[in-house]
Amino acid sequence: MKRREFLGAVSASALVALLPSGAFALTDAQAKSLVDKAVADINKVISSGKSLNSMIRDFERIFVKYADVPVIARSALGADARRASSAQLSAYTKAFQSYIARKYGKRFEEFVGGHIEVKDARKVKSFHEVQSIATLRGEAPFSVNFLVSDKSGKPRFFDMIIEGISLRLSEKEEIGAMLDKRKGNIDLLTQDLKKAG
Amino acid sequence: MLFSRNSSLSNRLFRAGVLAAALFVAACANNAPSTGVYDPYEAENRGTHEFNKDVDTYLVSPLSDGYGVATTHGVRDTIGRFSAHLALPNDVANDLLQAEFGDALHNTGRFAMNTIVGIGGLFDPAADIGLERRDTDFGETMHVWGMAEGPYVEMPFFGPSTSRDTVGFFVDVAMNPFVVIFQDPTQYIGIVAYVLDSMGTRYDYDTTVDSILYESADSYGQARSLYLQNRRFELGMSGEDVYLDPYSDPYSDPYEDF
Repeated sequence: MKRREFLGAVSASALVALLPSGAFALTDAQAKSLVDKAVADINKVISSGKSLNSMIRDFERIFVKYADVPVIARSALGADARRASSAQLSAYTKAFQSYIARKYGKRFEEFVGGHIEVKDARKVKSFHEVQSIATLRGEAPFSVNFLVSDKSGKPRFFDMIIEGISLRLSEKEEIGAMLDKRKGNIDLLTQDLKKAG
Repeated sequence: MLFSRNSSLSNRLFRAGVLAAALFVAACANNAPSTGVYDPYEAENRGTHEFNKDVDTYLVSPLSDGYGVATTHGVRDTIGRFSAHLALPNDVANDLLQAEFGDALHNTGRFAMNTIVGIGGLFDPAADIGLERRDTDFGETMHVWGMAEGPYVEMPFFGPSTSRDTVGFFVDVAMNPFVVIFQDPTQYIGIVAYVLDSMGTRYDYDTTVDSILYESADSYGQARSLYLQNRRFELGMSGEDVYLDPYSDPYSDPYEDF
């Protein structure tokens, strides 16, 4: 029922978190071929039969390669990022990156056999929205939007929105709660992140 | 349905009460925009959330583990299809209330096809001929009527909701044609299917549910955020509608924050 679809969408965010969206999505065809390639790469990792830890490392590499990790990490930290020193921010970003890889990578086995079909790309504000439909085995198809920008200097995705659920906003909620627990201490948050996920 | 006994009078009274409550809430509706998080009852909601977590830890999770081990994925999917099938008459009623006549026709065709060819809804041949699942609910009907979503609510047992969707939930339960038309004990088939389907869902999405409830730094805030984002998307409030909202706008530009 509704709850099942909702959880399916939340669950699927794990799949999408690790999908590289590659170069600037100016045309449907370019975006489609990129995401198709990415899905093939990821399926290769999943079916490699490697250990879970080794798979998580592979996913982290993919995440770093195609996502704008610094801006996602900074955005999740919110306004508190402004008072962080550059050393603090870089330690936090590194911890955040591995945390995302662990958190979503360890659930990746659930998505074997799925595929994503890119439908459309359009310009929104200063970036591009690539709309796609994901189909997982035994689930109704659902919407996945990638937000792609080249403001980092290279085309990178900075958010994935699955059935309305933004990975960036959900992590902002989570990181905010973790920071509250540490009464705003970013160094302690970074220590916690290294163990989380 | 949940509260009725054998007396059809109490059934009718309950339904009348729910309708009256729905109309009252609809009459009080304001047009405040449904954006951001509006949670004036957060303290009470957090109490309910802890209760729900206990229910999950000590009851639902262990029971669903047993149910999941005792069934195959195929069996759980079949029960899920059957449960959704029983909700179709209610979907059609809501389609009509929303003046979505195309969807009403779509769901009527789906119901006929799956009842006859799909053996009472155990299978879903309708999806293969383009009559895929398009469910709706009375919360959506009230949204279409212009009601704001209201404060965030965490319901006991049923979890994240809004005040509008909570009213919608009770209207759907009370007005469900399957329950209204069929008397006891047939109507309990729907409840049994719903409970089993919920168990199956809890089992199949065990990792996801656990990550939200037990691994989040603040499971209440995480569940609230996920629910509101997804629900607003379901109601068609995506894209340009949310561009202006600084909190819940996934399209806010993170490159402009700094």
